[in-house]
Amino acid sequence: MHARGLVKRFGSFTAVAGIDVDVRAGEAFGFLGPNGAGKSSTMRMIGCVSTPTGGTLRVLGMDSRREGVAIRARLGVCPQQDTLDPELTVRENLVTYARYFGISRAVARERAAELLDFVQLTERADSKVEPLSGGMKRRLTIARALVNEPQIVLLDEPTTGLDPQARHLVWERLFRLKMQGVTLVLTTHYMDEAEQLCDRLVVMDGGRIAAEGSPRELIERYSTREVVELRFGTEPLEDRAAKLAPLGERVEVLPDRILVYADDGDATAAAVHRLGVTPASVLVRRSGLEDVFLHLTGRSLVD
Amino acid sequence: MAPAFSVFEGYLVAYRRTWRSSVFASFLLPLLFVVGFGLSVGGYVDARGSLGSVRYLDYIVPGLLASNAMQMGYAESAYPVMGRFQWLGSYHAMAATPLRIVDILAGDLLFVVFRVLTSTAVFLAVASALGGVHSAWAVLVPFACVLLALAFATPGAAFTASIERDSHFALVQRFLVVPLSLFSGVFFPIAALPVALRFLAYASPLWHAVQLCRAATLPGFGLTPLAAAGHAGYLALWVGVGFWLALARFRHRLTR
Ligand SMILES: Nc1ncnc2c1ncn2[C@@H]1O[C@H](COP(=O)(O)OP(=O)(O)O)[C@@H](O)[C@H]1O
Ligand SMILES: [Mg+2]
Repeated sequence: MHARGLVKRFGSFTAVAGIDVDVRAGEAFGFLGPNGAGKSSTMRMIGCVSTPTGGTLRVLGMDSRREGVAIRARLGVCPQQDTLDPELTVRENLVTYARYFGISRAVARERAAELLDFVQLTERADSKVEPLSGGMKRRLTIARALVNEPQIVLLDEPTTGLDPQARHLVWERLFRLKMQGVTLVLTTHYMDEAEQLCDRLVVMDGGRIAAEGSPRELIERYSTREVVELRFGTEPLEDRAAKLAPLGERVEVLPDRILVYADDGDATAAAVHRLGVTPASVLVRRSGLEDVFLHLTGRSLVD
Repeated sequence: MAPAFSVFEGYLVAYRRTWRSSVFASFLLPLLFVVGFGLSVGGYVDARGSLGSVRYLDYIVPGLLASNAMQMGYAESAYPVMGRFQWLGSYHAMAATPLRIVDILAGDLLFVVFRVLTSTAVFLAVASALGGVHSAWAVLVPFACVLLALAFATPGAAFTASIERDSHFALVQRFLVVPLSLFSGVFFPIAALPVALRFLAYASPLWHAVQLCRAATLPGFGLTPLAAAGHAGYLALWVGVGFWLALARFRHRLTR
């Protein structure tokens, strides 16, 4: 997948403001960004559903505007909102969807059985969709995205709204897909999801790409090795932050805590105490993508 | 055509489960109308001989057949289409597959054709068992009804694709569908209407379909081939323009 200067406008509002992205075959690529960053708009253009307002977009070597039908035949799409048919059973949802790809009924039934097995829904094959849990519906949507044996699977926030256990189940299935050589393109606003699944990702904010790289590279480039999180109860944080500034490479003030970025967290925590500042709690942790995002945009990822 | 049939097939799979709940609206209600009007109102009308030698029941059977098809064409393009855009997102799911917008729309309309053909055929069979059908041309009635249903379903789908809230449907029902079914020659000849309303009837696709259906079931109301072609052509024009509009609205909504 190859995009240059990709733009999407809704009336006068610009949702995607000219992005350049390359996704290589076989990799797991992520768009990490908060709500409204333009992730879904981008995914819908890559899925050749929404027409780009500007720029070029090639998917699987084809032009997205002219060869949408041929591209979509080789894509799997798991949209942000479930679009399963509640009047059909779990199995019928898969078979019906497979028929849209021109897959014969016999093959569709075979694939449905395999895929239900893959997403661990075989026991629910003849149940209606409505009573399924959120995690099951998500897995069914993923199975549906695989009926045409796609080369690229697009997943728009695959685990948003799921409980931790359901998320891990989804991640595990996606990891298997990746092992099978399927290219994954996913969006998320969870940094742990991006760290778990993505070989490479872009940080997106306000329709633009703020940074690009592997999770490790991004953390190395935009953050220190460790972070010291200081909480002070209800006291004002601003003047304390000024005092702490010389201790780390960078200091960020969040509504409820101060973050001091330094390569050696323990040494920094000790230095805080030596300064005579006494926080209510001190936590030393490794830097993550959340910190990268905070550095790049000055805001936290999950509001 | 195969892609559109895959869409139609999906609707059939769902309809296999839900058809029972549609039986009342599409089969029983129209028959209640036939029996109710034909026998009760018909008693008065026939006693006064207003329609000459024609029984009132025989007069309204073709009208009700057409009116039923119109309601069905409109109904299928209202809530179900809105649901597939908004509540279920089925169209968005389809648009992510190799289906083109035109396949999606055509698949919807195939389902409308199927619904109208089956319910018209059942209606016609029961009406002829009640002695309300008097010509072998009646086999053409389902085709006129399909044309009429599509003449409503296509602009209807274009309208639904253009709105966000379902509260508009009640207005269309009240100010368009109901008046049309009253003033299009279903229950009484439009010659009885004031001139202004008569022109409304001429413009109404329902009136043209009623003319065709009545010609097919009642020998006394036959049409010249040219007139029949004119009525059918007028309906086809609505279908053509409606399809074009619906396609544009679907495309706008699904590719934005
Ligand atoms: N169909 C639409 N019409 C108008 N505005 C839209 C439409 N779809 C998305 N937007 C706007 O575009 C921006 C980006 O949306 P989206 O791509 O859904 O972001 P994300 O998926 O990152 O949350 C949002 O501000 C949203 O309100
Ligand atoms: Mg989104």
